[in-house]
Amino acid sequence: MSLPAFHEFGYWWHRYRRTWRGTAVISIANPLLFVTALGFGLGRLVDERNSAYLHGGSYLAFIGPGLLAASAMQMGFIHGSGPVFQSARTGGNFRAAVTTPMEPSDIFTGHLLFTAFRATLDSAAILLVLLIFRAASPGALAGAVLTALAFATPISAYAVTADRPAKLSAVFRFVIMPLYMFSGTFFPAEQLPDPLRTLVWLSPLWHGTELCRGSGPILVHVLVLLALIVAGYLAGRRAYTGRLTA
Amino acid sequence: MDESTALVSARGLTKVYEGPPEHVAVGGIDFDVLRGEAFGFLGPNGAGKSTTMRMIGCVSPRSGGDLTILGHDAARERRAIKARLGSVPQDDTLDTELTVEENILIYGRYFGLPRAVIRERTDRLLEFARLTEKRTARVQDLSGGMRRRLTIARSLVNEPDLLLLDEPTTGLDPQARHLLWERLFRLKQDGVTLILTTHYMDEAEQLCDRIAVMDGGRIVAHGSPRELIERYVTREVLELRFPLDQHEQAAEKAHGIGERIEILPDRLLCYTGDGESALEETRRRGLDPITALVRRAGLEDVFLTLTGRTLVE
Repeated sequence: MSLPAFHEFGYWWHRYRRTWRGTAVISIANPLLFVTALGFGLGRLVDERNSAYLHGGSYLAFIGPGLLAASAMQMGFIHGSGPVFQSARTGGNFRAAVTTPMEPSDIFTGHLLFTAFRATLDSAAILLVLLIFRAASPGALAGAVLTALAFATPISAYAVTADRPAKLSAVFRFVIMPLYMFSGTFFPAEQLPDPLRTLVWLSPLWHGTELCRGSGPILVHVLVLLALIVAGYLAGRRAYTGRLTA
Repeated sequence: MDESTALVSARGLTKVYEGPPEHVAVGGIDFDVLRGEAFGFLGPNGAGKSTTMRMIGCVSPRSGGDLTILGHDAARERRAIKARLGSVPQDDTLDTELTVEENILIYGRYFGLPRAVIRERTDRLLEFARLTEKRTARVQDLSGGMRRRLTIARSLVNEPDLLLLDEPTTGLDPQARHLLWERLFRLKQDGVTLILTTHYMDEAEQLCDRIAVMDGGRIVAHGSPRELIERYVTREVLELRFPLDQHEQAAEKAHGIGERIEILPDRLLCYTGDGESALEETRRRGLDPITALVRRAGLEDVFLTLTGRTLVE
């Protein structure tokens, strides 16, 4: 890893020091509100019916890792979209950095490093609460970070080339939201009707969720997420170079 | 040409944007920038000035030709070149949410400078930019002129051999411009080599030792401001304004006064060695202008003569 990438990490760290209180609400408090409402509230209703889909576990233990993975996806989107788009615009930070010995790939790598750092930090905070209620296992942290990066890399590659913010909201509306709903976050994917159940395999979030739950073929889940990270990274290097040094 | 004589040397430098449609932004230009001089690219918007600056700043790869900067090839040794450049882009790229000193710190870190070195230089840079009192202010609270000065101060954090300024005073009020000019003049006196683009002729005249006049992606003339004026225009210009409906008629009547007459949409320019005599001749021909002004010829006139257009349209 090149040293210059850490200078870009330093920039984002500097900004974070100013805004961490506000961001903690979005990335930690919101998922925990969901866990409380769904796990303890809705969970009581679900557990009374003793659904066979939950294989004897509680709904809280089901939805805990699911929400951890889903919030990791959301972190990936949040870090990879708006900040990248803003920084690549005329007058943005990337435009300043590229006039120094920093190259576009350093800028990209540095920002991804920060995204990984934030995903680790925020996921760890959520996980800590889940652990107290025995609603997840510590190994879920790796699954969450992989999930965040599997979304952040390709989304950054796209965001750096986007010419207007509406394109990013479209990604949220047509990619992130459907995945959120149908990737086994709130209910087991086996419950879905047949054609949809097969489609779930294509969802990176489903692999992330399964990884956080520690269920299914772990290696396959890891490989799917790694493939997305590598593909997104290669595409991102090209996209950053194309946009910042045209 | 070696580094001791030319800091920047371009031969047949070309930039083509593939498109579609394909656009030749810079169409094969030659120039040398010497150590310690202030070199200006003067031209209207779209002339290729900023693209040329971006190529010199190693943030835009050339499409053809040769470009050597500080002894390195611009395509192959970007990092080495950028480490010794200072860059003031056309749009300020400051982080408005961070403070003045944080902006300098972040930028200095991009050059790999230790924090202590940056902190020590920040004192001097803020003093130079007259922003010492604003050290802990957020950039969003600064005026346009202050932001511009901060951008310049920031660009000096690596103590560059060569400072690139793209339209340094565009959008500033006259007072802010004069303060900036004075600061840039001081830099020049301190031996920093400056390359700047501008579409203000007064800026070019004030700051530049040598100028390349650009139009349509080409250099149409170069030399010192004095040389350009002597070579392309007469010593004086008589500017005449008439009521708009009599404009054409007046132009016909004035034909032959001075060496050459340029007809602009709102006024006539009469190029002559002696403006007062030309004005007398105008009156003798029965012309009665609303206003008549005799002035010395400037770079604006050079540009008009070379391209048939005014600089700021």
